[in-house]
Amino acid sequence: MARRKKEKEVNITPRITRKELKRQRVLLIWAAVFVVYGFVFCYLPLGGWLMAFQNYKPKTGILHSKYVGFDKFKVLFSDPQFFRVFRNTLAMGTLNLVTTFIMAILFAILLNEIRGNLMKKTVQTISYLPHFLSWIIVTGILHDAMSSSGTINEILLNLHVVDTYIPFFSIEKYFWPIVAFANCWKETGWNAIVYLAAITSIDPSLYEAASIDGGGRWAKIKYITLPSIRPTIMILLLINIGNVINAGFEIQYLLGNPLIIEVSETIDIYVLRWGISQMDWSLGTAAGIFKSLISIVLIFTGNSLAKAFGEERLF
Amino acid sequence: MAKKKKEEEYYKPKKRKLTTWDKIFYTGNFIFMFAFVVITLYPILNTLAISFNDGIDAVRGGIHLWPRVFSMKNYQTVLGIQGFRSGAIVTVLRTIIGTLTSLVANALLAFIVSRKRFLFKSQLSAFWVITMYVNGGLIPTFILFKFLHLTNSFWVYVIPGMVSAFNVLVMRTYMQGIPDSLEESAQLDGAGYMTVFIKIISPLCKPVYATVALFVAVYQWNAWFDAMIYNRLNVKYTTLQYELMKLLNSVMQQSGSAADAAATQGQAVSPQSVRSAATIITIVPIVCLYPFLQRYFVTGLTIGGVKE
Repeated sequence: MARRKKEKEVNITPRITRKELKRQRVLLIWAAVFVVYGFVFCYLPLGGWLMAFQNYKPKTGILHSKYVGFDKFKVLFSDPQFFRVFRNTLAMGTLNLVTTFIMAILFAILLNEIRGNLMKKTVQTISYLPHFLSWIIVTGILHDAMSSSGTINEILLNLHVVDTYIPFFSIEKYFWPIVAFANCWKETGWNAIVYLAAITSIDPSLYEAASIDGGGRWAKIKYITLPSIRPTIMILLLINIGNVINAGFEIQYLLGNPLIIEVSETIDIYVLRWGISQMDWSLGTAAGIFKSLISIVLIFTGNSLAKAFGEERLF
Repeated sequence: MAKKKKEEEYYKPKKRKLTTWDKIFYTGNFIFMFAFVVITLYPILNTLAISFNDGIDAVRGGIHLWPRVFSMKNYQTVLGIQGFRSGAIVTVLRTIIGTLTSLVANALLAFIVSRKRFLFKSQLSAFWVITMYVNGGLIPTFILFKFLHLTNSFWVYVIPGMVSAFNVLVMRTYMQGIPDSLEESAQLDGAGYMTVFIKIISPLCKPVYATVALFVAVYQWNAWFDAMIYNRLNVKYTTLQYELMKLLNSVMQQSGSAADAAATQGQAVSPQSVRSAATIITIVPIVCLYPFLQRYFVTGLTIGGVKE
């Protein structure tokens, strides 16, 4: 807080004068280029939201299609399929958020407790690897491991847990846990980076003092490590709460199949399906808008919750 | 030597005697980490083994870390697929061109918004931060790209995603840490903003440039969705990952019995083993590079995650 104040004092933007404008001419020209670029690629598509209030036909285009008001939204909200995909998205998003968060924090704390730098480094290096693999590769690997002759079924059969193999990808109840597991597999090491950095920056004298006072390992984790990384946890939670609605597209799209479509389809896939196969672009856009709105609501809710509890805030 | 050792011993904090609980904890922790490493690495090593195994033999299952019947057929088949070869070229090109252009664009924008004197720095920052949270969505974007003639072209991989607000924020934070006096003294010597950017700020920003370049390169290397949406009809612009996805689909549609049928028909490869070979080809460049770039992405994430 003190730092920010100091920054403000030094950080004085000059007044807009002709002289200053001339001095900054190069910056202004490039800034203008970036504004034009950003306007075209990031803001212009927002204009496409108009489509949701029209009966869009590619022939007539966005300017001359018939205006239908909120009709498309009415269709959307009366579609039982839409509620299903909405539920799937929120459920998988929350499950992913919770599991990846707990795993990353747990992994960071445990990794920090390892004695022996070489082992620590090696484990950490290996832990990043899955992050760099695409979802295509991850789903491929997952499919191999969980197929009828895959490793998981092999282990289960050998341990006599089951009598015949489990067709994991055709039973609804397995899909959400599989997605959560895949997310943990892919991102635990990567997400732990930030926590590890936060843990390393904790003043070692705190731990020494705790030792002198007779604090054990558990006490140190509970009273020093966790409170020290709490701001990091909060800010990352805030950033990610808005992403709950982005529960994912790739893994559900790649692993989804007609047998489990009831639980696998997310809003993004719904949009894609309406956009490409059903060719009702207006309905697809309406679903997309709904998703954006939920995302913004989630971010603001998270932010004000953090404010209410006196925690770190995003903005 | 002996003296050095003695000194080391002197400076080393006295080791506390381990209690039983400590021993249990360390053993438990070791087991956890061991399991973690096995779960992370085993599937990849298993894919590697399958990729070098004879396709028909692999259908029987039971291959773990080492191929049973060694064969290079899978790799030959993969490299023989026309789409896969052109996909590899497109992927390499988009990774190089996309990373370079994106790096220049992000760095320049970060430079502008990190200048203390710049008149519209907060407005320009806000303009870009908003794009992190709001976007038009799939369908309007598709229509726009079609209108701009970006569909059915290579440039759809490069131009639209050139600026990423998140990367700009990471770079901006880093640049704000560079003392102003450097910029001021250069300007006293008559240097313009572009000279300051190229000759003074950029050399100091190499670590953060490396971080952003890594983020962009990984994204470009792994991208497939844009190829599927915007260049679906044009095999010329397919990407490695999209070809891999097609192989994955062919495996998933083929149940075990169908693979058996393929085997009895006398084909030397099975979809699964071909896909394994393709997967390995795609992973190798990443696996070879990322351990050496570790410190860069660690820096980048710490700046980006903790501060903004």
